[in-house]
Amino acid sequence: MSTKRFIGGEIIIKALIDQDVEVVFGYPGGVTLPLYDQIYKQNRLRHILVGHEQGGMHAAEGYARSTGKPGVVMATSGPGATNTVTGLVDALMDSIPLVCLTGQVTSNLIGNDAFQEADTTGITRSATKHNYLVKSTEDLARILHEAFYVATNGRPGPVLVDIPKDVLLGTGAYVGPEASEPRNYKPRLNPDAKAIEEAVDLLASAKRPIIYAGGGIVNSGPKASKLLTKLVRATGFPCTTTLMGLGTFPASDPLYIGMPGMHGTYEANLAMHDCDVMLNVGARFDDRVTGRTDAFAPGAKKIHIDIDPSSINKNIAVDVAVIGDAGKALDKIIGLWNKKKIKPDAKALKAWWRSIDKWRGIDCLAYDQDAKAAIMPQFALETLHKTLAGSDYYVTTDVGQHQMWSAQYLRFDEPNRWMTSGGLGTMGYGIPAAMGVQVAHPNSRVVCVTSEGSLMMNVQEMVTISKNNLPVKILSLNNNVLGMIRQWQELFHDNHESECDLSGGADFIKMAEAFGFTALSASRPDEAAGAIAEMLATPGPVFLNMAVARDENVFPMIPSGAAHNEIDLGPNKQLVSA
Amino acid sequence: MSNDESREHTFSVLVDNESGVLHRVVGLFSGRGYNIESLTVSEVEEEERLSKITIVTSGTPMIIDQIRAQLDRLVQVHNVANLTSDGPSVQREMALVKVTGKGEQRVESLRIADIFRAHVVDSTNSSFVFEVVGQTDKLDAFIELMKPIGLADVSRTGVVAIARGAET
Ligand SMILES: Cc1cc2nc3c(=O)[nH]c(=O)nc-3n(C[C@H](O)[C@H](O)[C@H](O)COP(=O)(O)OP(=O)(O)OC[C@H]3O[C@@H](n4cnc5c(N)ncnc54)[C@H](O)[C@@H]3O)c2cc1C
Ligand SMILES: Cc1ncc(C[n+]2csc(CCOP(=O)(O)OP(=O)(O)O)c2C)c(N)n1
Repeated sequence: MSTKRFIGGEIIIKALIDQDVEVVFGYPGGVTLPLYDQIYKQNRLRHILVGHEQGGMHAAEGYARSTGKPGVVMATSGPGATNTVTGLVDALMDSIPLVCLTGQVTSNLIGNDAFQEADTTGITRSATKHNYLVKSTEDLARILHEAFYVATNGRPGPVLVDIPKDVLLGTGAYVGPEASEPRNYKPRLNPDAKAIEEAVDLLASAKRPIIYAGGGIVNSGPKASKLLTKLVRATGFPCTTTLMGLGTFPASDPLYIGMPGMHGTYEANLAMHDCDVMLNVGARFDDRVTGRTDAFAPGAKKIHIDIDPSSINKNIAVDVAVIGDAGKALDKIIGLWNKKKIKPDAKALKAWWRSIDKWRGIDCLAYDQDAKAAIMPQFALETLHKTLAGSDYYVTTDVGQHQMWSAQYLRFDEPNRWMTSGGLGTMGYGIPAAMGVQVAHPNSRVVCVTSEGSLMMNVQEMVTISKNNLPVKILSLNNNVLGMIRQWQELFHDNHESECDLSGGADFIKMAEAFGFTALSASRPDEAAGAIAEMLATPGPVFLNMAVARDENVFPMIPSGAAHNEIDLGPNKQLVSA
Repeated sequence: MSNDESREHTFSVLVDNESGVLHRVVGLFSGRGYNIESLTVSEVEEEERLSKITIVTSGTPMIIDQIRAQLDRLVQVHNVANLTSDGPSVQREMALVKVTGKGEQRVESLRIADIFRAHVVDSTNSSFVFEVVGQTDKLDAFIELMKPIGLADVSRTGVVAIARGAET
């Protein structure tokens, strides 16, 4: 072992490079100055100076979700650290691997209410998968590597390492990633053979099957999506993907029946409700998907594949639990399915598809643009989809109606292409996330779909985007209102529009220009396609301010706590039964 | 449905003896709305720096399984045993019970202490401190009997437990 000693700041740079980190999103402060001095002295690691630590967190999330690699953030003590909290919880909810390094006041001042002191590990304990307070420079390298291990293994998540100033300035030995596995964190990857056998037997017996795929497949890696696609096609079963799982199965495949849940398609929700066997792969039975749990798929035997044993039987009791990596489990299921030469019950499956096609036939996502003076948001997104189709593109969204319409009308055929805040629903996610995606994929098209409420929540990152010449395209569907709030007030609070009006806000064109963006606008339906094409064709960062109809609602909608078959299709559509 | 009945369970959790681990475990219970009826913690392995946390909680079978899975996925947790459902176990608790009084009250308190095999660990001419060890319900009964005599103060350790038999 080498006995060479390094300064704490140097150890951090070495460890990040050994972890193949290319870019860090950060913001300096008093206690992290020694670290920034080391950043100054090197040129291997790219540091992007963000506008706000929360922006750095979401940028790192976008980077991570679009590459499968962990995102890295640096923040100072006190306010820098507290600014990371929303991003940490966002990443925890959506299983995004992040390593967040925060500075801390000098060890002997901890606990004294020192300047810019905050109990960062205390504050973030429930906001992280794990966190560390480094006590000595000697432990620094090991803890950093362990942090990467924990962030990326098992169910991914955010890990925070809090580093006092004296640890940055002190010296210690360096150890590489090999020597740094945590002593007992060993998540299980390989599923139990008996569980696989039970799963295959249940699938083989199915008459009304459904495959319900989620973000865990994205976490597992692109191979898992390929295997999912293979399984769906081998079985001929219908497949639905959650908001976090969009793209894990190609939306263009006829076996795809759309997203399930609150704003999912009619066919996906009725198929979830009426199925007799459900295979959940890497989804977590979130309440936005299940609706009322006692009315969720009441007649179905349920199989659940998840890497995290605590996801099993948390919301929904299942019949077969397959604990392990989604890719590995799918591989084993396909292997056994082929080995046993299983032929699904063709007659039953045909009848099942007849029901599904009948539900599909009502075309629950149809909308009416003709004869409307305003641009329908659905039309804007369908147009965006058509314009992007076939190119190399990534989309991020903010939170609200525009997010749900994006999920419905942008159709993804590959994983890692769609970045959205699902579990926490963090307004202000979209712009910084797009920045992180564009940093990772400089030559791809990156579009952020937002709306004027969310837009303002991390708008400062537009400056970071333009300063770094990142050609991010922002499509802001402006409806002059906090649309999702207005929708709930209309539907559930007697149309009392309480504190949701955004009219008379900023001049977004001037704002975008001031931030270094090319600014475009559109407000008439006949302008929409041209404006979107121009947004995509214009080099550099572009902001398209698109005025859309104010009072449009997102349908279908299953009201919170209702059953799947209590779905509201909106004013113009009739339910059909199977 | 009997399957939805809430029952008491005792977990024994082996953890790294590091700062923050107790906060994480307790935070898990409060953050997810699980009960803590009793909690004890102490280092049990000096060299390996391991501590054992014994937690008595209650919940439906689904909740109890969740608690186990949630504990098990904490990075600093080495092992989680459910001593109520994994097999037979021994559970003990200790209480220090202060009883004040004079004359016949003192005699009566000593008589009860004798039945419960409690020891006098401190005495003045108007008080005793008894040390009593046993299952939680035995301690409850002892304290209950001392109330009319002159119960002044109680300190309890909370439950510690261990699996019976040679297996570890
Ligand atoms: C306004 C709004 C509306 C929404 N409406 C809907 C809606 O209509 N429909 C909808 O679907 N969602 C909706 N959501 C999102 C919803 O809140 C959840 O975020 C989402 O449903 C969860 O997706 P998921 O089940 O795929 O799980 P994720 O949150 O992606 O979790 C992944 C699961 O996979 C597991 N996992 C991780 N890695 C692996 C691996 N390698 N192998 C196997 N398993 C692994 C994890 O343990 C976890 O259980 C909405 C969100 C917002 C903000
Ligand atoms: C940080 C944060 N605060 C509040 C909310 C609650 N919320 C959910 S959707 C929404 C409205 C979003 O409005 P806008 O961004 O304009 O999008 P629209 O619904 O109009 O498309 C609000 C306030 C949230 N999700 N996140």
